[in-house]
Amino acid sequence: MSLWKIAWRSIQQRALASSLTSVSMGLGVALVVAVLVLQAAVTDSFQHGGGLGYDMIVGAKGSKLQLVLNTVYYLSSPVENIPWSYYKEFTDGKFKRYVEKAVPCCLGDYYEEYRVVGTTPEMFELKPPSGKGYTCAAGEIFHSDDFFTAVVGSTVASTTGLTVGSKFQPTHGAPGGHQHDPFTVVGVLAPTGTPNDRAVFVNIEGFYLLDNHAKEPEPAEETQQADADHAHAGADHAEDHAPESAMDHEHAAEDKDAAAHEEHDAADQDHAAEGEHAEHAHEDEHGHDHEHEHGEHHHAPLPENQREVTAILLLTASAPGVPAGLSAMPLIKQINKGSVAQVVLPIREIRTLLDLFVAPLEWLLLALTVLIVVVAGVGILVSIYNSMSERRREIAIMRALGASRESVMLIVLLESILLALAGGMLGWLLGHGLLGVLAPWIGQEAGVNLAFWHATLLELVIIPGLVVLAAVVGFLPAVVAYRTDVAKALVAAP
Amino acid sequence: MLQLKDIQKTYVEPDGAILKILDIPAFGVAPGEQVVLMGQSGSGKTTLLHIIAGISRPDSGEVRIAGTDIARLPESIRDRFRARTIGYVFQTFNLLAGFSALENVLLGMTFGGRSDAARARTLLERVGLGRRLTHKPAMLSVGEQQRVAVARALANRPKLLLADEPTANVDRGHQQQIVELIRQACREENVALLLVTHTAEVAEQFERVEHLERFNQAVASL
Repeated sequence: MSLWKIAWRSIQQRALASSLTSVSMGLGVALVVAVLVLQAAVTDSFQHGGGLGYDMIVGAKGSKLQLVLNTVYYLSSPVENIPWSYYKEFTDGKFKRYVEKAVPCCLGDYYEEYRVVGTTPEMFELKPPSGKGYTCAAGEIFHSDDFFTAVVGSTVASTTGLTVGSKFQPTHGAPGGHQHDPFTVVGVLAPTGTPNDRAVFVNIEGFYLLDNHAKEPEPAEETQQADADHAHAGADHAEDHAPESAMDHEHAAEDKDAAAHEEHDAADQDHAAEGEHAEHAHEDEHGHDHEHEHGEHHHAPLPENQREVTAILLLTASAPGVPAGLSAMPLIKQINKGSVAQVVLPIREIRTLLDLFVAPLEWLLLALTVLIVVVAGVGILVSIYNSMSERRREIAIMRALGASRESVMLIVLLESILLALAGGMLGWLLGHGLLGVLAPWIGQEAGVNLAFWHATLLELVIIPGLVVLAAVVGFLPAVVAYRTDVAKALVAAP
Repeated sequence: MLQLKDIQKTYVEPDGAILKILDIPAFGVAPGEQVVLMGQSGSGKTTLLHIIAGISRPDSGEVRIAGTDIARLPESIRDRFRARTIGYVFQTFNLLAGFSALENVLLGMTFGGRSDAARARTLLERVGLGRRLTHKPAMLSVGEQQRVAVARALANRPKLLLADEPTANVDRGHQQQIVELIRQACREENVALLLVTHTAEVAEQFERVEHLERFNQAVASL
């Protein structure tokens, strides 16, 4: 019979007390496991989100972190915009040679609490690190010539009920803002485990045609553009949506409503005079008839001089024989030297954010949970120590049968270790079970993908850690066992 | 088999007074011999058995068992020597409550370093408990518990069996059975037996009966 079995029998003999002690240890370990897995998942999610298939973000000068949070994670306030002409430098201009892909993003609108992103179908050609790229769980990616169509992320679809064929109206500037014209959902993205699961992607052309989304052209540009506009023979619906402030989400809602009211009035008069928008009527809260029939006619795109973008996602081209990081250096220098925009490397910003703020908090949380495990360990100490007075005789019998002091000491230590390990196993299962059960809710609320089997390497430290803890807390009762006076304990009344 | 020489043992009482318990110039048990030791309560019988078993150390003197003076052995070696050479049957049986009859027997073997489940079963069958191997002590009668204790004491093939009033907690009807069981087992295993009792009926069965008061000078001087 091994000493392990003797220790196990001793635990069985005090089944209730042993179970309660192990359960308290299990609860502590469950918390540690949950924190470790969440910590890893959040870090992974941030890093994953920082590399959605592009390596740089170009946006207005200002806070780099805000640009990343806003563009990658759809958090924080929208940043300023940069001109469309700047975006064109990446597709047709001086920056083209540095770039493999450049995707424009326009932010600022919402559908319920989710961000609406005006972008091009190229957005979905970017391949996240998994390499699989974006796929649709239902429907398809919108086409660039279907202006008022949209693709929604998996979380958005599951929480709002939007599905292929659904129509929705984004709100301007805030979840409760002015309601824009409706878009039709043509696709639902398969889950990606990235912030994009929580976004609504609309065709950038439709986005530009919404109220307050067109920049007022510069006077010189206006004159030039007028000729071009006339060429569209009044089919240019954009004028209806051409306020003096482009995507200006800083205005108070009342101001926006008032402005929109005036604009609509003016636009309606224009339409009536020109008689060119018979089909294109709007219906808004002011009683104007503005209902779109998007599927039935073509809109003219917003003139380029009235366009702005919030950010440009860049996948840089790597020159032959030159490391990817180095080949983009001239591009970074040129952009940052200018006064229009800045370029940020999302991975670097996120790393900084994690190192400065998130990591210390996570470690603090971990320290607290480890403290709970230590307290549970003290529970083992108390449980075994309290049992020592009733076990003195048992220890004396073993000694009389030939057990050495070291053997009885070891039996008590093994008992402590077994209790801790049982608690550890229970806690591991409990922790992962808890995460497994809460995974759908966590995924929906925080965009962090979890499952029962998600584990971290740090969890491997738990078992040896528990053994050490058990040995430490079991030491005191083990010493009591070691010092048991056999002769005295044997003659004591049983 | 057992030779005691000039054994002295004293205790310090709570008031600081020194109480001499044992003062034995000489005492011995031959190999295979069966000796009964009688004495009044408090005469030092249990203390003497503890010293012979190596559970306690005498203040002075020699305790030779099979030629080894265990009083001079370091504690760890003495423990191992006890496990392998001495069997002990306690007055209160002292079975471990969480262990089955078989495990209680195996426990003795574990500390002796030779776990032999087949022998443990054989011993239990020999004492009539072949069908009670997996029973915990609480499920056994008093007589059955004492039989498990006997099997456990013989598990490591000891050379000397010490029995401390093994019939004290057994009714008269079973006393004879228990004593005969112990004596028979010792004969079969060629084990020397030193059995402590204060029951005359038990003592009468032995050829050699010793009274502690007669050779313990500490008692004589009281």
